[in-house]
Amino acid sequence: MKAKAIFSKIIKNQIMIPLVALLILALFNLIVDPSFFKISMGLNSLGNPVLSGYLITILDCGSELAILAIGMTLVTAASGGQDISVGASIAIAGSVMLRMLCGRNGSRELLVPIFVAFIVALIVAMAFGAFNGVLVASFKIQPMIATLILFTAGRSIAAWINNNELPIVYDESYAVFGGFIPGIPIPTPAFIAVICFIITALVLKFTSLGLFVQSVGINEKSARVNGLNPEAIKILTFVILGACVAVCALIKTSRLMTINYSVIAKDIEMDAILAVALGGNALSGGKFNITASILGAYVIQALTTTLYKFQVPSAALSAYKAIVVILLVVFSSDTVRGWISKNLKFGAKKEVKNV
Amino acid sequence: MFKKLSDKIKGLSDTNLLLFITIVVFFVMYLCAIIFMGKGFTKPQNFFNILNDKAALIILSCGLSLVMITGSIDISVGGITGLVTMCCAVYLDYKGGNVFVSMLIAIAIGLAFGLFQGYLIAYLDIQPFIVTLAGMFFARGMTTIVHTNPFNVENPAFVALKEARINVPLMGTYNKRGEYVPAYVEIGVIVAILVVIVLFAILKWTRLGRAFYAVGGNKQSALMLGINVKRTKFIAHVICGLLSGIGGYVYFLHVGSGAVTHASGAEMNAIASSIIGGTMLTGGVGNIIGTFFGVLSLSTIQNIVSSAGLDKAWWTGITVAAMLCIFLVVQSVVMSRKKKNSK
Repeated sequence: MKAKAIFSKIIKNQIMIPLVALLILALFNLIVDPSFFKISMGLNSLGNPVLSGYLITILDCGSELAILAIGMTLVTAASGGQDISVGASIAIAGSVMLRMLCGRNGSRELLVPIFVAFIVALIVAMAFGAFNGVLVASFKIQPMIATLILFTAGRSIAAWINNNELPIVYDESYAVFGGFIPGIPIPTPAFIAVICFIITALVLKFTSLGLFVQSVGINEKSARVNGLNPEAIKILTFVILGACVAVCALIKTSRLMTINYSVIAKDIEMDAILAVALGGNALSGGKFNITASILGAYVIQALTTTLYKFQVPSAALSAYKAIVVILLVVFSSDTVRGWISKNLKFGAKKEVKNV
Repeated sequence: MFKKLSDKIKGLSDTNLLLFITIVVFFVMYLCAIIFMGKGFTKPQNFFNILNDKAALIILSCGLSLVMITGSIDISVGGITGLVTMCCAVYLDYKGGNVFVSMLIAIAIGLAFGLFQGYLIAYLDIQPFIVTLAGMFFARGMTTIVHTNPFNVENPAFVALKEARINVPLMGTYNKRGEYVPAYVEIGVIVAILVVIVLFAILKWTRLGRAFYAVGGNKQSALMLGINVKRTKFIAHVICGLLSGIGGYVYFLHVGSGAVTHASGAEMNAIASSIIGGTMLTGGVGNIIGTFFGVLSLSTIQNIVSSAGLDKAWWTGITVAAMLCIFLVVQSVVMSRKKKNSK
């Protein structure tokens, strides 16, 4: 009986949803083609030892999504809606960064240190985040609609900043952020992601941010009665998402060493929202679990990589992704879960108690 | 006099107040366009061209407004439009099929999406945003799987239908040589106007229409009133899917070709039109006539931008966004002030 209770507790844990999805994906790959798990060591064009393999790709490319998922989870929890402008914001932040680095005439040398360019992009991205936040918090516009404004204008603004030119960075030191640190075989984005996770974990551990965000998301009125300022907290979550966006822009532009306004970070907002949903977070706000979201982000990247491995063309990728997403949400929906546990006579008593 | 007017405005319900703002803004904008942009906008044909271009968008936005009134959302409308266009184009071109069957295909695709998404949202209680996001992904992906390269449809019966023009009496103009040029609309516009009228009637005068508002306004009280909330939501999504299919066919009639990029971003335009038209995402507030004017306002702004010579690609995006921003802020300010007054 006790074992059963523990088992059903584990089943009900939020982190189980992405974990099970990840396991299913891994199992599928193991059965179809075990070479998915192979990791090999090689030398890249600069003569650095680097690891390669599908798992490394997931770790590498999933990190932007995971960083975004942190901010997106907070925004979702506090305001009960999603920011659909992250892709456009990445274009803006990346454009600002390259404008700082290359200047107006496409200089071959870096005009300012990378750090300074990053800080400027960070401030710009946070300012746009604050703009979204003010629309959502002060003007009480639904988040998806408020961010629709930046979604429509963002890529145009990004093109406007650089006068629609595509500056190219020639300095090799910029490639480090999206590539490899010389001598270390693990891709840098993974490290950047880990740093972001640690900062988030520390902030959540030593401040009451998590609690405040949750209480605003669950009931704004009672949060206000309890002395919180829901508007400030909502704006803060959007500003944090802005910071995440700037980090993603750094990685994305560093990968390409240039920018393409209409293509950079395309559809990433959809992936980020899916990561939050896959993490089992309610998209209507309230309780949240950032670890589950981060795991969700890697699951989505794993899915993408798996599909690429089976030579699915990138344009058709979305159809397969959609099928997987539908299956996931159907099986994690309360109705279907209830039906399953009822018919399998499993954890049914607990269900009744909860109600 | 102003006091009387402001009292009257205060007395309007949420739906009518937002509708009032939308219609006033549209007329002010069109007047500004006529005054500042000169001759082009005084010709009736300019207005009819907006209708011809945006007939499909009107149909999509109507379906979307209906779903938004029940407090749900559907962002798959653009994807379905693209898929319908591509499927019909491939069927008519490669299989040499007849036009009637292609219409059935369009309606079947829309209906299938509506039924499936509606079932998941209403009966399995899954977030509408996620379901329709997946629907959009699926439709866009399927479009590329069906066919990748753009091509024109040359089926004679279809081309005849596409070229069909309906002259509007009394609206024609005389060109420089003094010849009479009649003003015309395409078949799609007639379909769009029919859709607007039918939906307006349903929302205004039927039990089902009132149920839509009740469910969107407050689910709990709707349930207490004996409304079948799940079925109402389901029906809204089915109608929206059906309208996406019809809208897709109208779009296909307008462009007459199949391409992967067709109707990209249509969902965002449709959402923007509905919002400008005074539909609130929280549900319970909205009006089909408002949506109609929302589409017109959006395309008038786009028209003004392109004819003002700001032809650098980014200005369209920025102005549309700025307009959306202004509209949202105005709506939000008006609504909150009204709430304060009623207290």
